[in-house]
Amino acid sequence: MLTPAAQVTRQRGLPAGRARRKRGLGSGRGVGFVVPYLPFLVAFGILPMIYALTLAFTSHKGKFIGLKNFTQAGNDFRFGPSFEHVFLYTAVWLGTLIVFVVGLALVLHGRAGRASSTFRFLYYIPGALAGAASVLVWLFMLDPGVSPGTFLLHLFGSHLFVESIAPGHLPFIFAMIAFWTGAGGWIVVLHGALNTIPQDLEEAARIDGAGPLNIALRLKLPMIRKWIAYMVILSFATGTQLFVEPQLVNQASLGMVPDTWSSNQLAYQLAFRYGKFNEAAAISVDLLLIGLIAAVIIVTRTGLFRRED
Amino acid sequence: MRLLTLRGLRLLVLAVFAVFFVAPMLWLLLAPTKADNALVTSNPFAFGSFHQIVLAWNHLDGFSSHIYRRWIENSLLYAVSATLIVLATAIPAGYGLAFGTFRGRKAILTLTLVVMIMPAAALVLPIFLELNALKLIGSVFSVILPFAFYPFGVYIAYIYYSTTMPRDVLDAARIDGCGEWTTFRRIALPLAKPVIALVLFFSFVADWNNFFLPYAVLAKSSQYPIQVGLSNLLSSTPSFNPAVGGGGQQVNIFRPELALATLIAVVPVLLVFMLSQRSLVRGLLGGGVKQ
Repeated sequence: MLTPAAQVTRQRGLPAGRARRKRGLGSGRGVGFVVPYLPFLVAFGILPMIYALTLAFTSHKGKFIGLKNFTQAGNDFRFGPSFEHVFLYTAVWLGTLIVFVVGLALVLHGRAGRASSTFRFLYYIPGALAGAASVLVWLFMLDPGVSPGTFLLHLFGSHLFVESIAPGHLPFIFAMIAFWTGAGGWIVVLHGALNTIPQDLEEAARIDGAGPLNIALRLKLPMIRKWIAYMVILSFATGTQLFVEPQLVNQASLGMVPDTWSSNQLAYQLAFRYGKFNEAAAISVDLLLIGLIAAVIIVTRTGLFRRED
Repeated sequence: MRLLTLRGLRLLVLAVFAVFFVAPMLWLLLAPTKADNALVTSNPFAFGSFHQIVLAWNHLDGFSSHIYRRWIENSLLYAVSATLIVLATAIPAGYGLAFGTFRGRKAILTLTLVVMIMPAAALVLPIFLELNALKLIGSVFSVILPFAFYPFGVYIAYIYYSTTMPRDVLDAARIDGCGEWTTFRRIALPLAKPVIALVLFFSFVADWNNFFLPYAVLAKSSQYPIQVGLSNLLSSTPSFNPAVGGGGQQVNIFRPELALATLIAVVPVLLVFMLSQRSLVRGLLGGGVKQ
């Protein structure tokens, strides 16, 4: 029951609101809120992107030279292996991420509150250790001399630290480190997404006789598809950026692992050691293209950014 | 019966993963309590003594005339100032993008998404050249300003506002005579607490853990943030770098010192996590408006 006063404001309010919205369309409402963000978007997002593109297609004197930088960088003997390493790493990392993060999030969501939040917290803790710190921890873990998992290392046939970080193992090791630090955060995010599924929907499914497994796979999984796609895109982007991990392993391996192990390291070395900024930019553009193509595929396949109003 | 085995299996899987996630942390926590040789000989999860922690800290603090403290201070300076700018720009921007009607809204949104999914490291090189042209290389701004651009923050603020905040609430505020700014400050900002916590957390952690950008733009080791400092420390220890040999004896940086350095470097992130944990655990879309 509305008070008379409320009724009056209501009557007055509705048409006024409509009129305002109409006027707002023309005058550009809300632009002021976006303005402070724009200089940053331009300076550290758009300009560098254009700059990278320009550099990649010009000589060091600024002359347009087509794809020459790309072919030159591509012909570098370190180019192929570095991209191979990164692809293998990204594939392993995305695979484990999708299977285990989604799996664990679903399993945890079925559990009672207290236990579930404890597990989420435990899984999340290593998230504090991304970057150099996480690599250091795993250098210890991979050193059979001090590792608590020595028996596991022996199982994989490594008795010395240098055997643990043999170049062939590295894509898997880096994927494991990335999973160790990143999985918990995504489990939290997916759990949040799962929480938005209306309870009545789940109850209805249960009344219809669906077991927990069926509810997880047929009801919950499709409803968090967007978030999974989102996770894959962002992880793909970070995956191709691999830099600090091989850089530190290079330092710890007495150069057995080259300092151009990943494509990003190669770009860095080309730019800062050899002064070949244009070729380095070409590699950056290669990475951008790969990221963009992957993103477009994922976005169009899942309808990630369709706006739901 | 079947239900029981299913539950047991579930618990087993969860427990195995818990060990995987927690055991390395536990080891790291205990490593500074032991001397370097004890790390090899004693049980990996045995506690040494508090005295050893003090010893390890003295060694670490003595390294290169207290440079470790300097690295932590630098990281705090970079991450805190950048995150403050991010909060001041990203939350309003997300709001403006969600409810604004201005021209170019779609374009800004798309560009934000494009930059967000772009490998940030691919932009480090051009950013370096840009900063170089502005003569900012080697100054604190060469780290803080690029850190202050955080499209992911804008995107989650945008998602939050456009999915959880009913337009009617805003319209009601406007009808009541609130201006654009007042509507934002009185209605949209208080409702955005969970998303502010999320942006604060993600931005701080991303800045704290960033290695590549400061590694490229900073020249002096006294300006390094802790992440780059840790790699510096790693290359000075004979534990992973036998070539350092005698040098290791001089700098007194062995595995316990390295573990302690890693541990301390994590504390700020854990603190920020505790601060924003409630919002994080509740998840992105939980709060705000109940339907």
